Amino acid sequence: MQADLGKNYFELFEIPVDFQLDLSNLSSRYRELQRRIHPDRFVNATNQERRLSMQMAALVNEAFQTLKDPLERGRYMLGLRGVDVNAETDTTMDPEFLMEQMVLREALSAVRGSDEPGERVTALAHDVASRLDKNIAFLKVSLGQDSDGSLKRARTLVREMQFLSKLQLEVEALEEELG
Amino acid sequence: MVLLQISEPGLSSAPHQRRLAVGIDLGTTHSLVATVRSGVAETLADAQGQHLLPSVVRYQADAQPVVGHAAAEMLQQDPLNTVSSVKRLMGRGVEDVKGLGDVLPYKFEQTQSDMPRIKTVAGSVSPVEISADILRNLKQRAEQSLGDELNGAVITVPAYFDEAQRQATKDAARIAGINVLRLLSEPTAAAIAYGLDQNPEGVYAIYDLGGGTFDISILRLHQGVFEVLATGGDSALGGDDLDHVIAEWIMLQDGIELAQDLCLQRRLLKLARDIKETLSHADSTEWTLERPQGGEWRGSLDRETLGELIAPVIKKTMLPCRRTLRDAGLNASDIQGVVLVGGSTRIPLVRRMVSDFFGQSPLDDIDPDKVVAMGAALQADILAGNQSGRDLLLLDVIPLSLGIEIMGGMVEKIIPRNSTIPTSRAQTFTTFKDGQIALSLHVLQGERELVSDCRSLAHFELRGIPPMVAGAARIQVTFQVDADGLLAVKAREEASGVESKVEVKPSYGLSDQEVETMLRDAIEHAGDDVAARNLREQRVDADRSIEALRSALAQDGEDLLELAEREQIETRVQELVTLRDGEDPLAIKRAIGVLNDATQEFAARRMDAGIHQALAGHRIDEFKD
Repeated sequence: MQADLGKNYFELFEIPVDFQLDLSNLSSRYRELQRRIHPDRFVNATNQERRLSMQMAALVNEAFQTLKDPLERGRYMLGLRGVDVNAETDTTMDPEFLMEQMVLREALSAVRGSDEPGERVTALAHDVASRLDKNIAFLKVSLGQDSDGSLKRARTLVREMQFLSKLQLEVEALEEELG
Repeated sequence: MVLLQISEPGLSSAPHQRRLAVGIDLGTTHSLVATVRSGVAETLADAQGQHLLPSVVRYQADAQPVVGHAAAEMLQQDPLNTVSSVKRLMGRGVEDVKGLGDVLPYKFEQTQSDMPRIKTVAGSVSPVEISADILRNLKQRAEQSLGDELNGAVITVPAYFDEAQRQATKDAARIAGINVLRLLSEPTAAAIAYGLDQNPEGVYAIYDLGGGTFDISILRLHQGVFEVLATGGDSALGGDDLDHVIAEWIMLQDGIELAQDLCLQRRLLKLARDIKETLSHADSTEWTLERPQGGEWRGSLDRETLGELIAPVIKKTMLPCRRTLRDAGLNASDIQGVVLVGGSTRIPLVRRMVSDFFGQSPLDDIDPDKVVAMGAALQADILAGNQSGRDLLLLDVIPLSLGIEIMGGMVEKIIPRNSTIPTSRAQTFTTFKDGQIALSLHVLQGERELVSDCRSLAHFELRGIPPMVAGAARIQVTFQVDADGLLAVKAREEASGVESKVEVKPSYGLSDQEVETMLRDAIEHAGDDVAARNLREQRVDADRSIEALRSALAQDGEDLLELAEREQIETRVQELVTLRDGEDPLAIKRAIGVLNDATQEFAARRMDAGIHQALAGHRIDEFKD
């Protein structure tokens, strides 16, 4: 019924489909769109327009949340190319990566009992963040190419980022707990 | 070259009429109504010149309920029929009310539903109806003082109110016959009242300690858009709790046993509040209290001792402050301004602790009791379309995560807290039995993993799923949260395209049917005619559609519609215009529906055009860089 509800998130913001994007440009476009379509702008409109405005505003919010976060953006871009990151048919992970994860998790659980938990947890947070940054940099390259191999690499990178970002949440929770 | 716009006779956009819109602060201890006159927000007084309406309702056997000061005066004499602090009961269950302990000295009726009902001489009343009585009083005040019928209102709620509490507030407004333009969070209202939106940009904290709730919100302003970055708080912490701490201290000093005596309890709370308020500007205070066993007791308290008594309660507000800053990804030093809201922020100790936390003196030049209503009035004026000058948009968030119950009593989050609203999320479910035609979803709100630790919002029953073998159906369920923070659920079986019927059973609220019945009762009770009112409402609705379409046609009819399309819509408008003056509300309703269907495509094209224009303006900006 409505063309724009079927557009992909990049088209919605009228920006190129590219993993590398300018966050402040995206935020600024987001605000411009909301200023125009938010339900507050349609209080005196017809029921039809009010309903449409709510749907569009929700879509723009969802699109912005997805595009501004590198992990979500990567997962979304793979989806656009027909790659399901969490397909149950392929859940294998590189053993070396899994090994590293185990080491990181052991480090996390050892923080509490250590002499300087505050410093340990901060160091761990930096470590996880830099691993995430590394994957983001690689992902930029893989998603810029268009071969089956690069798509497969991109999928692996995103899957690794899912692990890392979950770990990051746990590290942050511990940081808060330690104050 | 400037092109003059010439519209056809009868199609010219109607001359702009000023719509009467007000802001209402429905508070725990008192409520206010405000409006904008000559660009300035001001609260409206009652016939006696009072601005604050005590949020107290007294029910009588064979007379209309009394609201406000007259009711408040009867709190001690008639405690069972005089209800105060009803906001603490909104969207709450019988069990929650028990948790509030002796805060509420009423008799509750045992009912089938989980919604508490208070027994009074006028029958049992629900919190929603009590709030509706307060709202009706404010509506009358506004209409008397402005001399016309109200077009709509913005009603404020604590930012931390969950969905059930918001829904209860909106239901109360509906029963009171108020058209809700928007539920607005109280801190955001305060930020508008302070005119923070007129600064170029910045990040602000709003600390709101009211009678019964505490909220902390972090707001960012950028390009005329106010974004709530994060919000937190405690929807059961406020000035009332301070009164209780003081009352307990008095009882301890005087050896008063508690207190099946409701009147004594009320007197003690009143005394505690007086002491608290006096010590906000005096260093010490004295009082005499009539003892229940006879004789008098003289007591005294100084500000320092009061501080020691209440410090633990006020400290409880600092944890949400820290967590909310972290959610926003900010430090206290990033905050450019701190706004104080709520009567409890008059307490010197509160001010000191807030200043220490944020490392700066808070803004406080607007009366903290009135600031929320004033901000709501400004927003109402903008929404009604009266203020073309102030170009401001508010982007609010959902304060608590929404989730559904999955296997093992666990909650799976669907919409995380602090997501900007409106928002929607789709989830696909399947059947687990052959031929299953219904599905039940339990929706909860909260941050914890177990169902028992979250608040139950509602059970949604999806019916009309086409029968298939187990696991074959693909039922896409869409959870939609609107700009008021209210949830709606839609469901569709994807293979067949069949829409499911969704039946909502709110855990602590009213079903649509119940609200409808209460609305009818209220109209009849007021000696009004239900049919006449129904007709009036349909006419208002019709007028809104007609006016909106005429102005849309005048604006975009030429550019976005083929001649035939345009003529077809105009015919439908004309049909509605004719029916609108008739006496049949159902026919008007149907014609509005027909007109809506006929304009679907036009609405979509207008939305598309709006989007392109918004982004086109942006491209020009980019070229300038």
